[in-house]
Amino acid sequence: MTDAVITAGQDEDTEAEEAERAIDEKAYGFWIYLMSDAIIFALLFATFVVMSHNTADGPSGHTLFRLPHTFAETMLLLASSATFGFASVAIAAGQRWRTLAWLSVTFLLGLGFVAMKISELYGMAVAGAGPWRSGFLSAFFTLVGTHGAHVSVGLVWIVLLGCEVALRGLNPFVASRLCRLGLFWHFLDIVWINIFSVVYLPGIL
Amino acid sequence: MPAPPQLSKMPTSPHGGEVTIKPYLVGVVLALVLTAIPFGLVAARTLRPIQIFVVIGAAAITQVVVHLRYFLHLDLKPSSQNKLIALCFAAIVLLILVGGTLWIMFDLNYRMM
Amino acid sequence: MLGKLTIDALPFYSGIAMGGALITVFGALGVVALITWLGQWRYLWIEWLTSLDHKKIGIMYVTLALIMMVRGFIDAMMMRTQQAVALDSDGYLSPDHFDQIFTSHATIMVFFVAMPFLVGLFNVVVPQQIGARDVAFPFMNSVSLWLTASGAALVIISLVIGKFSTAGWSAYPPYSEAQFSPGVGVDYWIWAILVSGVGSMLTGINFLVTIVKRRAPGMRLMMMPLFTWTALCTSILIVFAFPALTVAAALLGLDRYLGMHFFTDGDGGNMMNYINLFWMWGHPEVYILILPAFGVYSEVVATFSGKRLFGYESLVYATVVITVLSFAVWLHHFFTLGASSDVNAFFGRVAPLIAVPTGVTIFDWLFTMYRGRVQFSVPMLFTLGFIVTFVIGGMTGVLLAVAPVDMHNTTFLVAHYHNLLIPGALFGYFAGYQYWFPKAFGFRLEEKWGRRAFWAWIVGVYLAFMPLYILGFMGMPQRLQRYYVAGWQPYLIVAEFGALFILCGITLLAIQLAVSIRDRAALAVSTGDPWNGRTLEWATASPPAAYNFAVVPHVHGIDAWWAMKQAGTAGHRPARFHDIIMAGDSSAGVVLGAMSFVFAFAMIWQIWWLAAVGGLGMFAAVLSQTFRDHAEHRILANEVEAIENRRTMAPALALGGPT
Repeated sequence: MTDAVITAGQDEDTEAEEAERAIDEKAYGFWIYLMSDAIIFALLFATFVVMSHNTADGPSGHTLFRLPHTFAETMLLLASSATFGFASVAIAAGQRWRTLAWLSVTFLLGLGFVAMKISELYGMAVAGAGPWRSGFLSAFFTLVGTHGAHVSVGLVWIVLLGCEVALRGLNPFVASRLCRLGLFWHFLDIVWINIFSVVYLPGIL
Repeated sequence: MPAPPQLSKMPTSPHGGEVTIKPYLVGVVLALVLTAIPFGLVAARTLRPIQIFVVIGAAAITQVVVHLRYFLHLDLKPSSQNKLIALCFAAIVLLILVGGTLWIMFDLNYRMM
Repeated sequence: MLGKLTIDALPFYSGIAMGGALITVFGALGVVALITWLGQWRYLWIEWLTSLDHKKIGIMYVTLALIMMVRGFIDAMMMRTQQAVALDSDGYLSPDHFDQIFTSHATIMVFFVAMPFLVGLFNVVVPQQIGARDVAFPFMNSVSLWLTASGAALVIISLVIGKFSTAGWSAYPPYSEAQFSPGVGVDYWIWAILVSGVGSMLTGINFLVTIVKRRAPGMRLMMMPLFTWTALCTSILIVFAFPALTVAAALLGLDRYLGMHFFTDGDGGNMMNYINLFWMWGHPEVYILILPAFGVYSEVVATFSGKRLFGYESLVYATVVITVLSFAVWLHHFFTLGASSDVNAFFGRVAPLIAVPTGVTIFDWLFTMYRGRVQFSVPMLFTLGFIVTFVIGGMTGVLLAVAPVDMHNTTFLVAHYHNLLIPGALFGYFAGYQYWFPKAFGFRLEEKWGRRAFWAWIVGVYLAFMPLYILGFMGMPQRLQRYYVAGWQPYLIVAEFGALFILCGITLLAIQLAVSIRDRAALAVSTGDPWNGRTLEWATASPPAAYNFAVVPHVHGIDAWWAMKQAGTAGHRPARFHDIIMAGDSSAGVVLGAMSFVFAFAMIWQIWWLAAVGGLGMFAAVLSQTFRDHAEHRILANEVEAIENRRTMAPALALGGPT
């Protein structure tokens, strides 16, 4: 038990220090949000595994999944993670146009991923293997679709921040926003690793 | 609206220190390898299925760690401590919830047969 | 054009339902008329609805909780009355109506009374307790409030347009699937849950970051007040448990809207997975509800025993153990649903372990009171009532943890959880409301009426729920609209009297509030510290300035304010004041909430164009705020000085009682 002697009247944080602290708090808060998102994905994964054999006499992963397609998607997303990393380097160096260039490449790669994903799911749906066909397909579509929706949100976010960078240039605040977008983007690649490892590869096998 | 505070430094990595391209290049190379192995095994089927599952799992976990380390810059330094604690707690909760789900649901499934 | 919405959505099917709708409509119109007549729209908009001040947000949360408590209680009263009379008869409520009532009763009480109440207390108190000026994310705080209000509004509007769910608050499939619940009721439930769930999640993130990052300089984790500790642990529980509820409700929604087969009867659905997911959230949820109450009790017991909390470290560890353990026991909510004895035994043995840290907590409070100068204030009365009654509820929990016992899903269970939720959680929130009211408003709640309210509540709780334990032993299931066992009726009549006592309790609380407002000059607190408190929130003015602390305190130990008073630094005036920058107001939060209501309502009734409007509105509201980087409201140093000078700086001395 200590006696507390309080010294009041400490110098306040400068505004710059407060701004830095706010950025740090936002990064941490966003990380916590990603942890909660990880739980959501984990439960979708668990649901998928539980329902992986509930094909209701319908098509299974073995008939539906195609290895080259999945590999291509994986490469697109991994490349986009790398290019976002290159954008991060440019941001730290304050290079506005290089940042925009790499962000654009990231966007195109991500768009390619989403396009392939949509074409895959659409193809399955019109072939009678939509999410309404069986529990297995419901779980598959939802897990993969939720990931794809997250990536799509990320794409919108890239566009918004890209516009801000183009119009207002790089400053610590937009840099911090790009940092959080980076956390989001890399997190989604981590989820994708789990998707191809739990859903596609075992399904094809 | 008040003017934005002047920050004397250019934006740097939120983890302090310089942001270089090296971790990203290392990460990408490692990730490519860790992707090629499971995909290759599934394509070629040179091992028994159960063995391939183990390799897939190991490669996935390793690649996740690679991403965390090289892309998300999560290391053992004090600056990453809060995030690391959050991640570990999330991992524990995840194991309990997913593990519990699989145990319960497969147990129920077994009793339904 | 209007989706599924037709004139048949109005409740012409029953006189009682019509009555409920009319009360709702006229009540809402009445409030609108009153505000208009008083000319207070501008005031309301500027000072409250667009405020990002955590204290005001907290007050609005508690207001929401108390209003919804009235609706939830009316549901309870209707059920008690039905059960008191429905021996060999249909009573006065049709089965369909009765089912809506027990569903809405629980949904409202858990999501729109208990959750907002505890979040409201966090908002008012926690930043002040840690010596901070605001939460980490003030705008997100506003969003959380308005999303919660939007969810509540959805449940309220279901009284007027359409019907609410009849599937129970847990909405088990297959009954909750489209095949057996084709109406909009379950959709109301799903969207109310999803919308308010996002609000809750954001709150969890907000307070977690606030407590981790915004403590006053020198305040280490093991120096935080217990209420802040419980707020931290509750936030952790929210962040990691709510995803399960989101997934459960969303997957059910996918089944209903898009014909998927997560939980359908056939086509590969797995109904047990819903139950698994729901209770994966549901168990941590009860700890989300009780931990803040424990936090309140810790504060109240220390303050009104005039003593430091006994066993601070053990209380902290107990709280953390409860937090971790609560993730690992969820199957005990469905022992009877087919798992093997291995599974049941594991969960059945781990679940009652929670009694250990809970017991430690209770003993710590008892030892705090021992040899203290105990004052039987209203918060203390609620605390004492809690300690005795909660222990009974806990013991019945240990009984229920025995998987093979024959009382699952009987009224024994109903008695058990009400025994924990009301004298446990709700009494804690009431104690916190009485305790911190003077901090928030600058005058105390009147004691006499508070005591009367307490006695009405505690008698009501015993009369309403002890008979249900007996009925559970006699085999009465829960949720019965009618029954044929004459031996049950006397107990149900006693329970009805219990409900009437609780009605008195609520009325007395309302009278207390009215009397206190009327007599606020006499009840005013001149300092910020009416109870001679120990923790930092009592250092601020009552009501506090927007910035809470003109000077951020430095902390060196537990009970920082008490230490300041002992050291004589409590009334210290700084040499100079500084400008303080706070978050400005924003309408984006309330607009986002309103748009979320439009979106959800449109989704429920399948009015797709309206849903698009609502969705875009939500997106626009978020967008309008996300590019704002700078807190906008600068309070100049001389203004701060003027505000501080207006305070009467005469903190209660160490030996004094309430001023």
